[in-house]
Amino acid sequence: MAISKTVEGPEAGCAGVQSGMTLMLGGFGLCGIPECSIAELVKLGAKDLTCISNNAGVDDFGLGLLLQKRQIRKMISSYVGENDEFERQMLSGELEVDLIPQGSLAERCRAGGAGIPAFFTPAGYGTEVAEGKEVREFDGKPHILESALTADFAFVKAWKGDSAGNLVFKATARNFNPMMAMAGKITVAEVEELVPLGALDPNEIHLPGIFVQRIFQGTEYEKRIEQRTVQTRETA
Amino acid sequence: MLDKNGIAKRIAQEVRDGWYVNLGIGIPTLVANFIPAGMEVEFQSENGILGMGPFPLEGDEDADLINAGKQTITAMPGAVYFDSATSFAMIRGRHVQLTVLGAMEVAQNGDIANWKIPGKMVKGMGGAMDLVASAENIIVAMMHTNRAGASKLLPSCSLPLTGVGCVKRVVTNLAVMDIKDGAFHLVERAPGVTVEDIAAATAGKLVIPENVPEMNIG
Repeated sequence: MAISKTVEGPEAGCAGVQSGMTLMLGGFGLCGIPECSIAELVKLGAKDLTCISNNAGVDDFGLGLLLQKRQIRKMISSYVGENDEFERQMLSGELEVDLIPQGSLAERCRAGGAGIPAFFTPAGYGTEVAEGKEVREFDGKPHILESALTADFAFVKAWKGDSAGNLVFKATARNFNPMMAMAGKITVAEVEELVPLGALDPNEIHLPGIFVQRIFQGTEYEKRIEQRTVQTRETA
Repeated sequence: MLDKNGIAKRIAQEVRDGWYVNLGIGIPTLVANFIPAGMEVEFQSENGILGMGPFPLEGDEDADLINAGKQTITAMPGAVYFDSATSFAMIRGRHVQLTVLGAMEVAQNGDIANWKIPGKMVKGMGGAMDLVASAENIIVAMMHTNRAGASKLLPSCSLPLTGVGCVKRVVTNLAVMDIKDGAFHLVERAPGVTVEDIAAATAGKLVIPENVPEMNIG
């Protein structure tokens, strides 16, 4: 019989998060971010968090909400534009920031979840990203050694999921969510639709439930759009 | 002299049938608008889509469907979505044939700087370092000079690097240039631009062949 991971809601999902922990949060920009868990983390008030997330949200949404409350001590990201509060805290020295090439960030999370402690990549060779890192040539091309990332908690967002923790993502809202789910000691998945066991076709599950420890039905998704770009119906 | 659309139009001529192409933010994004009808090309965006289509019609935008510039987009028939690790496997694994991106500076040895200005707010490199470290063909799309009028084509980059020795071709508002043997090699002039104009705006070593044709961008 399938192992049930279902918990009541964000409160049960985030139970156990403490100050000083390292958290991973899925999403690219505001696309596919764990909105309900972030709202709960703000309520919980845990501080001195290290947050691993591709971006840092905007001033009043996503990780920006945790930044407003000064709950984050360190951000590990590839791109952190679009956020004035982030800039203020970074320039004042309140916030430590580690910028990592996006592909290296994704692979470091994947490696963390896959039991691979480190790997060599060509990305960042010859740049300040390579400072202090081992360099080795493969096929005559220099590569740098990057280490795996793991987290005390990983918060991910999916479109559909079942009580076994199996997840299906929608469109580009998948992004970092699967690798971060793999790399979390406790991975908390929030879904738009919690479906009955057996309702998901095993052929079409994107992330096996073994990587998920808790799953809950999310509510009231805002799904904010960062850059609304459209063609007018007349010109199309 | 070319405008941004002109630069994109010229770069579109570099794209070949059957290629997977990653377009960066800014001028590179415009390249998609000038691919000839019928050409089999797929656009990859590193946040996790292959087969990216144009912006959606008003009212059809979907918060779950964006490109790496966080703009709402559409998916073409045959498109596929994937996670970020798979996306960069495509990029690092050299399955993407062409990367087009912008730059603040390009050096005559192919170094590129496009992510950080010391003393200013650093936003991050995003996927640029992974893209330039592995792409088979990297074309830089940019203005020949910066807003202060200084050349962006230099003997060596003064800004923090994004990648070393990786740029093969640069298309600017003034010219098309190839980078090889530690120099910019002039290939074409933009309409109405003289070789002297280009030489004056290029701080790095510029090799000028006897015949420099004017671009034909139709």
